[in-house]
Amino acid sequence: MTGVDQGVQDVWFLSMQGLGHMVSTLRDKMYTVVAPTARDGVITFAEIDSVDQIAAGVRDEMGPGKYRLIDDPLSRPFNYVVGQDSPKRFFFPPKLELVSMHIEGKRFVLDSTAPKPPKLAILGVRPCDLAAIHVQDRVFGYGDQATAERCETDSYYNLARKQSLLIAVNCTQPSSTCFCDSMGTGPRAKQGFDLSMTELGGGFILRAGSDDGRAIVSELPVREPSPSEVELGQLKIDQAIERMGRHLDTDHLMELFDEQIDHPSWDEVAKRCMSCSNCTMVCPTCFCSTVSDSNDLATDAATRTRHWESCFTHQFSYTTAGPVRGSTRARYRHWMRHKLGTWWHQFDSSGCVGCGRCITWCPVGIDITEQAHRLRHDRNTDHSQDEPIRERGLMV
Amino acid sequence: MSGITIPVQTDKPKLAVYKFSSCDGCQLTLLNLEDHILDIAGAVEISFFLEARRRVLPPPYDIGLIEGSISTPEEEERVHQVRRDCKYLIAIGACATSGGIQSLRNWANVKEYADLVYPSPEYLKTLETSTPVAAHVFVDFELRGCPINGDQLLEVISALLAGRKPNIPSYSVCMECKRKGLPCVLVSKGEPCLGPITQAGCDALCPGCSRACYGCFGPMGQPNINALGGKLTGELKQSNRDMKRMLRTFNGYLEPFKQASDYYERLEKE
Repeated sequence: MTGVDQGVQDVWFLSMQGLGHMVSTLRDKMYTVVAPTARDGVITFAEIDSVDQIAAGVRDEMGPGKYRLIDDPLSRPFNYVVGQDSPKRFFFPPKLELVSMHIEGKRFVLDSTAPKPPKLAILGVRPCDLAAIHVQDRVFGYGDQATAERCETDSYYNLARKQSLLIAVNCTQPSSTCFCDSMGTGPRAKQGFDLSMTELGGGFILRAGSDDGRAIVSELPVREPSPSEVELGQLKIDQAIERMGRHLDTDHLMELFDEQIDHPSWDEVAKRCMSCSNCTMVCPTCFCSTVSDSNDLATDAATRTRHWESCFTHQFSYTTAGPVRGSTRARYRHWMRHKLGTWWHQFDSSGCVGCGRCITWCPVGIDITEQAHRLRHDRNTDHSQDEPIRERGLMV
Repeated sequence: MSGITIPVQTDKPKLAVYKFSSCDGCQLTLLNLEDHILDIAGAVEISFFLEARRRVLPPPYDIGLIEGSISTPEEEERVHQVRRDCKYLIAIGACATSGGIQSLRNWANVKEYADLVYPSPEYLKTLETSTPVAAHVFVDFELRGCPINGDQLLEVISALLAGRKPNIPSYSVCMECKRKGLPCVLVSKGEPCLGPITQAGCDALCPGCSRACYGCFGPMGQPNINALGGKLTGELKQSNRDMKRMLRTFNGYLEPFKQASDYYERLEKE
């Protein structure tokens, strides 16, 4: 992806048939095209080689701990929101062999290092997921020099992102667990995309956010949109804001957590939480991983592999003195406080983008917005006149 | 130790594989490691493995893999000899680590079972209970599963030989599901899945076939069975009897599945 031009955004209309052209154009440009497909009853990002593989004829329904993909013959591509998986796995793979080596004499000899990522075009990135990609950019040190100096850069992530093309699709029908509006990430993709699309029925309003995006458009059968088409696109997104399923008040959240650090609701959440780690696995910004070594029985070869891990597992913070956070209460509280609060200190942004996955895919439907609401409802002090923490120079 | 004994000079660590009350599936997992079985045979001296070879070398052994539960008076004695013969003793599979499916007898009258199954039950010598190896002797490591996972077995053997800690996680099956990108059968299909309370290690075998996990790897570290039970008996309409049976299928006599299954049994009877 090249630099993002927020100033001038060219606008076009792409017909529904034109979507097929887009897929073939991307493939002609040697992109590995990834798009939402319907896999085993769930919207899942997967590599496609033709437009027919993009999920259509289905719509999704979700709530806390519940997701259903329902057949709906009239439903067009992108008439669904987010599934279980985000694009996270394509930049930050769940399992990555970092290095393999063998012993020769008294030395380690390198056999291979981490594989090279494919050149990805991700089609159908929702604004929340787009924001999540930019959150992880800060975590893995991509793009921003200051962040790159502060954080350890991840070479696989950086190359994957550098080569990638992001095609966002604005949301016109949020689900009952969505709250991107509260987190300021959607339902309209504002920046950080190469192309953005708004679905209108017969086609899409197309906007370019980068030179790479414009280059793709130049090869598509687009026309100038009519003013009413542009307006309809705006209207559909505006309506989405009104139909947002959930709300999270982000005002002075860090102070709220500190104040309510011993609130009884943490115990109640812990009674429900299974520390199964589903929330962190489906979260598009959670970045914890573990590195383990394995050795081959027959030879002197060894492999070092990185896996997704989770702050919810008992063993993740295990040291010689035992786990740092031994109780589920402590682990849930740590996760939520980091996600919504201390993430600001660490990365100068929120760790939550309001995609609602942790609510939908929690088997018992624990709701982060509800917990935040409970803490706020019972608070004692009014901090509404204080400056938000991110403007007080607490960032490290 | 009975059998033919031929003294062999070898510097390799000696491996023994034992069978107690079991179906042989875990030993078969070792034999089924087709790409690696020769590596194992090259790394250790297979000294006692009656299912695989007739030749038996005398103890002591460096590594003992023990399959099966303790369910007869003979086994109760033999397991102590096994412990004495092995430097490292590793219990493999649900039977050896929890008492296995046959531990269902622990909640029943063994005589009634025997009368139902055998024409001449008076010839049987059996214990009232089926219990894990660790209930009788100290074990150095337990590898879960019904049957065990071949890669995990290979990992334990490799780690032991290399002198490092085996990478055998205690977290939930959900972690493996999500890493593999498998759609959650509980959330997306409403299947009564035990994945969120079950220890990983199977590489999400059942959810990979769109089926619910039935807990054959036993409880994960710190499982919250009550929370999952609330979901399964509430929204997913499982009865208390269903819950009891699910928890008792493979690892029913292993805490905390045992305790939880007793709880659902009490609710069932109320």
